[in-house]
Amino acid sequence: MVSPLVFWIVAGITIIAALAVVNLTNLIHSALWLIVAFVGVAITYLILEAEFLAAVQIIVYAGAIAILIVFGVMLTRRGDIRESNLFNNYRLAGGLISLGLMATIVTMVVKTQWAIDVAAVPANSVGLLAQNLLGQFVIPFEIAAMLLLVALVGAIIIAKEVRD
Amino acid sequence: MQIQLADFALMMPEIATAILAIGLLIVGLVVPREQAKGISFLTVAGLVGIWLLNFLYWHENASLFGGIYIVDPYTVFFRFLFLTAAIIVALAAKDYVNTLERNQGEFYALLVAATLGMMILAGAGDLVTLYIGLELMTITFVILVGYQKKEAKSSEAGVKYVILGAMSSAVLLYGLSLVFGFTGTTIIADMVPRLTLSGASPLLLLGIVFLVAGFGFKVSAVPFHMWSPDIYEGAPTPVTAFLAVASKAAGLAAFVRVFLIALPELQPYWITIVVVLTAITVVVGNLIAIPQSNIKRMLAFSSVAQAGYILFGLVAFSSLGVGALLFHSILYVFANIGAFAVAIVVKNSTGSDEIKDYSGLAQTSPFLAAVMLLCLLSLAGIPPVAGFVSKFYLFMAVIEKGMVWLAFVGIMMSMVSVYYYLIVAKAMYLGTPNREAKPISVSASTQIALVICLVAVIFFGVYPTPLLDLAMNVGYSFFPF
Repeated sequence: MVSPLVFWIVAGITIIAALAVVNLTNLIHSALWLIVAFVGVAITYLILEAEFLAAVQIIVYAGAIAILIVFGVMLTRRGDIRESNLFNNYRLAGGLISLGLMATIVTMVVKTQWAIDVAAVPANSVGLLAQNLLGQFVIPFEIAAMLLLVALVGAIIIAKEVRD
Repeated sequence: MQIQLADFALMMPEIATAILAIGLLIVGLVVPREQAKGISFLTVAGLVGIWLLNFLYWHENASLFGGIYIVDPYTVFFRFLFLTAAIIVALAAKDYVNTLERNQGEFYALLVAATLGMMILAGAGDLVTLYIGLELMTITFVILVGYQKKEAKSSEAGVKYVILGAMSSAVLLYGLSLVFGFTGTTIIADMVPRLTLSGASPLLLLGIVFLVAGFGFKVSAVPFHMWSPDIYEGAPTPVTAFLAVASKAAGLAAFVRVFLIALPELQPYWITIVVVLTAITVVVGNLIAIPQSNIKRMLAFSSVAQAGYILFGLVAFSSLGVGALLFHSILYVFANIGAFAVAIVVKNSTGSDEIKDYSGLAQTSPFLAAVMLLCLLSLAGIPPVAGFVSKFYLFMAVIEKGMVWLAFVGIMMSMVSVYYYLIVAKAMYLGTPNREAKPISVSASTQIALVICLVAVIFFGVYPTPLLDLAMNVGYSFFPF
């Protein structure tokens, strides 16, 4: 059992990193902060004893996706990188609405009686995951494969240069 | 959990659709460009085959993979709806696709893949499947919306759709996660015992609000409709037709299934939100449609209003409501795609989507003008065309529940809608054609699409009984209250 304090520290760091992603004006810096946010989420998974999910989170999100974003920025960006992630004029209004929404959600969360599952976490969660994905959840699993195929085809269609 | 092979047998239409999508992708790569025109024939033939195959499943009422996927008359009805829409759109899209320099095969493959996503969405019995189906549909549409890369508007629409779609998916997903967190299961049928009125918690209500917002975006209900006009206008017209009709129906199918099957006990909580949403959708959609000068934008706002009418069926919370909702949805497919098909032809010929350029269309191309007129009258709900009967039942369903004021709002706004539909009719029939205007030649496949829409709109207006009975039966078996 991990101390709840660890969770609060990790959650705080994750939120700060996420805010930095939105607020920094340099897109590369944003992408790097994104990695911090992803790792924070991965540690939260670890606290919940979902080790496999944490590993996937680090490999796929922090490892692949964030790096892909950096590459994407470097290959497409023209102009000044220091002003590549600008904010519009709604910073104040957006911030207030977000704060209001957060206050609502926090109130609701605090007021709710949570059903706490005390059952022990299975030792071999990866095996169960595999059985579920290729067993009961085979339909969403296969549809996800279709989705990836479509996304790949679409990426090629959209990214291919237009000849005049 | 043991997988039964028989479960897959009941999913044959979905499996066949997936195979068709992949097959078209391969054919599109293999076939030389001069012969790529045949792909549209292959698509239509394949879709018609699946449409016929679907007849085998009318009397099924099965829950597959422990509730993950449900094949009941409701699912089968929506399969028919999506396939019908896909067939007509594939026929009407042929002229547009032939103007593309490349990626002709991929266009049809993506069309079929989107249809698959919709079918999964309508049949999903659990939240994970529902979400994956929704994403398959949305991602496919993002690509299709931005298909016209040379036109800035189309690319802009694609970018808007990807950002707004992702945002709405996030909202929906958050709602789904809250409902999952509260019930401890993703399977809709298993949730029911936990979702009782006395056991409702603040968090669950928050989840419901997020679900309404997420689904509201997908069916473009006001105030979640802002995306639709820009995207409808920017997208290639065949894609707009498919997006306005089928994707909306798919969002609605999932909306209705989640709310009527999982959350009926909590109806006193969510009904208020949905009633307000429905009323403002009907009012705002119709009022903003009036000043539009671009036919695609006008039809976009009209489809926002139509979403409002269709939501009457959910508000009614009865089997009559569900039946009327299904009936109106399928008639809306014919009327709306018919109108868009004419818009495709006119755009291909004159290069314009402006209503003023429809001036005198009745003199140069009387057939096109007639299809457009009857489809618009059906959307407005004027007898004897089809839209009248279905709107009548939708209004009756809410009146039955004592919401006379809502029916009154609906009828008032229907009258308002007649005005902007008739603006187009006025331009077509009373306007004088441009001096250089020539009769517009319509290709055979588009003609078939137009005739299907025309015949359906007239036939189901004059003799609605068989389809109406069918929809009512499906509604009753889905929600027997």
